[in-house]
Amino acid sequence: MSIPPPDDHMQRLTAVRPRLLSFARLHLRNHAQAEDAVQDALEAAIEKQASFAGRSGYETWVFGILKYKILDAMRAQKRQGIWQPLEGEVDDDAIDRQFQKNGRWLKEAHPVSWGDPEAAFESETFWQVFDACMIALPDNVARVFSLRELMGLSTEEICRELGIKENNCWVILHRARLRLRECIEQGWLKGEAS
Amino acid sequence: MIMCRRATELMSQRLDRPLVWQERVSLRLHLAMCGACGHCNRQFELLHEVGKRFEPAAQEQE
Repeated sequence: MSIPPPDDHMQRLTAVRPRLLSFARLHLRNHAQAEDAVQDALEAAIEKQASFAGRSGYETWVFGILKYKILDAMRAQKRQGIWQPLEGEVDDDAIDRQFQKNGRWLKEAHPVSWGDPEAAFESETFWQVFDACMIALPDNVARVFSLRELMGLSTEEICRELGIKENNCWVILHRARLRLRECIEQGWLKGEAS
Repeated sequence: MIMCRRATELMSQRLDRPLVWQERVSLRLHLAMCGACGHCNRQFELLHEVGKRFEPAAQEQE
């Protein structure tokens, strides 16, 4: 297995940069900080490229570096006290909008089919709606959701990062999924129909 | 018998931790009878896969 020459790496880094940026932006919710995290990750990738062993794909490796940089940025945000505490905050809006008091779905909130999941993932519109719905989530909820579903952390790891109880984490993820499914259903299916 | 709201809690938590036997049974029974929750369950599963968007599978496996 030969390591690709640096020129090749540079080209690939340039090619993957927009995706790194959209990933970082979904997570950090701040354009300048996302740019910084991506820049740090690209520099680290160039610096450490001798340690890229080719076991996983090159892009996967660069994304791995970016994930560390995002976690670092997130810890810095936390230290600076930018976050509101998560504990004790109850987000019941999603529940109230979609369920009756007795626990059944409200008629107007009944989930409907989104069709073939693969087709959804291949649809540009789906991702536009997804991104818009992520932006619409409250910060704390979005942070937990993206740590879980974009960064792939376990709820145990998330609790350690954010200093919350695991039970609270499950509650937040439930609300996040309900909010996202509601928002995507409204934005996407209506967009497709028109 | 669990209601839809509780069912959505279980289908969400199923993606984050193993459910205990009783939870699995109540969820399965509910899903067998409730079409709306079936849709919701598939939507949660789809949302659980969104990370794949950033996986460079297609380009890199060549």
